Amino acid sequence: MSTADYSQSDSGQDKRARRWHILVFLLPAVIVYTAIMILPLIETLRLSLFNVVDGQSVFVGFGNFQTLFGEPRWSASFWNALRNNFVFFLIHMLVQNPIGVALAALLSVPKLRFGAFYRTALFLPTLLSFVIVGFIWKLILSPIWGVSPYLLDLVGLKSLFAPWLGRPDTALITVSLISVWQNVGIPTMLIYASMLSIPEEVLEAAECDGITGWSQFWKIKLPLILPSIGIISILTFVGNFNAFDLVYTVQGALAGPDGSTDILGTLLYRTFFGFQLQIGDKSMGATIATVMFLIILTGVCIYLFAIQRRMRRYQF
Amino acid sequence: MAKARTSPLRSGFVHVALIIYTLIALFPVFLIIINSFKDRASIFRNPLGLPNASSFSLVGYNSVLTQGDFTLYFQNSLIVTSVSIFFVLLFGAMAAFALSEYRFRGNSLMGLYLALGIMIPIRLGTVAILQGMVATGLVNTLTALILVYTAQGLPLAVFILTEFMRTVSDDLKNAGRIDGLTEYSIFFRLVLPLVKPAMATVAVFTMIPIWNDLWFPLILAPSDATKTVTLGSQVFIGQFVTNWNAVLAALTLAILPVLVLYFLFSRQLIRGITSGAVK
Repeated sequence: MSTADYSQSDSGQDKRARRWHILVFLLPAVIVYTAIMILPLIETLRLSLFNVVDGQSVFVGFGNFQTLFGEPRWSASFWNALRNNFVFFLIHMLVQNPIGVALAALLSVPKLRFGAFYRTALFLPTLLSFVIVGFIWKLILSPIWGVSPYLLDLVGLKSLFAPWLGRPDTALITVSLISVWQNVGIPTMLIYASMLSIPEEVLEAAECDGITGWSQFWKIKLPLILPSIGIISILTFVGNFNAFDLVYTVQGALAGPDGSTDILGTLLYRTFFGFQLQIGDKSMGATIATVMFLIILTGVCIYLFAIQRRMRRYQF
Repeated sequence: MAKARTSPLRSGFVHVALIIYTLIALFPVFLIIINSFKDRASIFRNPLGLPNASSFSLVGYNSVLTQGDFTLYFQNSLIVTSVSIFFVLLFGAMAAFALSEYRFRGNSLMGLYLALGIMIPIRLGTVAILQGMVATGLVNTLTALILVYTAQGLPLAVFILTEFMRTVSDDLKNAGRIDGLTEYSIFFRLVLPLVKPAMATVAVFTMIPIWNDLWFPLILAPSDATKTVTLGSQVFIGQFVTNWNAVLAALTLAILPVLVLYFLFSRQLIRGITSGAVK
């Protein structure tokens, strides 16, 4: 309030001088952000409408998109990557986020002993890089080392073991679960935070009405943390649809076996940068990046306009 | 009523569930670290055993330290991460101060513009970023990475810091103005010290993705002299797939700095996440 009063009472006198401060404070951030992030993004969108013909950049309209969706070779790998990406996202939503909510609910039990230790431990995998996580699991799941069959043998499930990462039908699920293992700390911590912010009086009132334990979680806590679950869903969506590192580390740029773990990020990398026999193609790279941009934009818009607005927020 | 919340059976169940998940989270890391100190035969014969007198071996570390240039990679990562964080915090705090302190035309529009980058990943602009870096001769320099990471970190930094700076008392700033402080000294001498906790949160949030990123080092700076730890270990481990000692040792060397930093700062980190992130 007083800021507003101050600036209004004062602005008549040295309006110009004040404006210079604002500019100086804003400019560095705006310049770096615009030059390195916004302009390249716009330029990428623009490049998707051009292609190189005889060494010259020529405007081709939606020609690149026609190639991407029309030519069998391109469209097959694009739809494959998109489908895999949706499976990747779905596994995160169905496994990572419920586990995150459950862990957060457990962590927020009042007077929990060793709470700090559990929080520290649960968040550790999230800090490791995809490269470390990828190789750790590659080693552990490797049939050569034999740690996983040995461990499964301890619980009598040795027969279940298979080289999961090497088989087209299980590789994608395995990679997704590795990613879930790594990232589960994020929903856990965010939901834990929003559970802590539920006031004690609300829970006490619930207990006076005889709502405890399980039903307290479903009837009181879950509705109150729904906005956080919404945020986590959109973060998961954006993160998953530009994921690249883990698949690249575990399965290589070809996202094998047989493209079964190929997601949009790895497809973009191969297309734009080239790999082995494939030559890098700037225009098609920009085209795929544009499609990814539109997918992410659609997701974010659905969240902002359809989900977030309908969500009831409670003010305490 | 209090009884219902702390019944021993329930808290026992809670602990069992949490311990199981803690094991799932920590065991893979533990397994890699213990095996990196064993000789090749023991890695395969007894993967779960702790290294003892007969199985202890540093052969993996030996080959990593003689063949990989890990000190250089480590140094590169350190430079890139710390310089980027410095610029993200400085530029981010300045912009946040402008947005939270002054009323000017287009204020909320500017806030929205800067917040766009929270949701739209910078990776999608890679094609044009590489083109720009080639044009300016910045490919294979650490500067290219620093620029990209600064731009990547700014949106979230501005967003979080603006929220925090709104809570700084106006009376304090106005008192400063009456004492004749310029707007710049109000920012640097009054406001910045007060938002230090928020700066720490932003620093951690900015640091993790930069330190761990593989995409931009791979595309913008893959040369030997500019490899970061993440890219360096990726390439190194890729070359040594069959040398298990070297791979396990390289992984442990890549994990250790993160572990040490984490145990030093985990309290602040988790407090930062649980206090400021969700609004």
